[in-house]
Amino acid sequence: MIELDTMDRRILRALAEDATQSTSALGRSMGLSQPATWRRIKRLRETGVIAGQRLELDRERLGFGVSVFLGVKLATKGRVSLEDFERAVTAIPEVQTVEHILGVYDYRLRIVARDIADFERVLRRRIMALPGVGDVEANVLLSEERRPGPIG
Amino acid sequence: MLDDTDRRILRHYQHDAALGPAELAARAGVTPATCARRLERMQAAGIILGNRAVINWRALGYEVEVSLRVTLDKTLARAFDEFMAAARDVPEVVELQSFLGRVDIRLSVIARDMSHYQQIYRQSILTLPHIADIEALMHVARIKSNEVLPL
Repeated sequence: MIELDTMDRRILRALAEDATQSTSALGRSMGLSQPATWRRIKRLRETGVIAGQRLELDRERLGFGVSVFLGVKLATKGRVSLEDFERAVTAIPEVQTVEHILGVYDYRLRIVARDIADFERVLRRRIMALPGVGDVEANVLLSEERRPGPIG
Repeated sequence: MLDDTDRRILRHYQHDAALGPAELAARAGVTPATCARRLERMQAAGIILGNRAVINWRALGYEVEVSLRVTLDKTLARAFDEFMAAARDVPEVVELQSFLGRVDIRLSVIARDMSHYQQIYRQSILTLPHIADIEALMHVARIKSNEVLPL
């Protein structure tokens, strides 16, 4: 675990808003030289604090009107390996995220579809055909917010 | 509307959002000028909403991630808004989602360890307004998380 000072936290917060800004512009807004800013960003990346970048797109404008979270319970634990399920589910293009969880469900999937009919197709042809799928619960996403988190 | 070139650029950009302009243009098979113009247009049209750094909370010592599925007391008209506003003030809440289904709201909460989580849960989560029921799911692992759209 690495310790961040106030300047690191400000830089991290700024990059979490917009990762495309140049080092010099970012440094200027923080009152920091370009090389000093660059060194701090390099350290944040090398220590894995910045894990990468994510492009945020307007899903609806791109024709994906429906996002659904599926809780999936495996029916035949022990007989179907988790690896087989994970490999098969990861390969489905409409499945955006796969999380292994502990609780009422074993996995949480985020699925995008053009509309409800398209979602039904994905659910029937792809998800229900996965090895070992048991109980499934669907919740249609209405709104979503990402918060900056405890950066300080 | 988007054409095939736009979609091709977005496809490559989605898979590696850290690509520089020249590299992205090369992978999408367009000139840097075309690429820049298309990106600018898609930004202005609100199709590209942002390009953000992804924070790995584990590297900052947050080892625990819990999904809290909340059902609200819907007899109160303002329950939803008041709950959301109060949840936004909890710094450890990194995601808020609302649903149509059995669950009303899902909060993603991070904590340094289980005792820290216990503290957040008691002091900041259970005190949120209008909770009818709450259910916790503990994250074990992220198997896929690129959130790429099948364009």
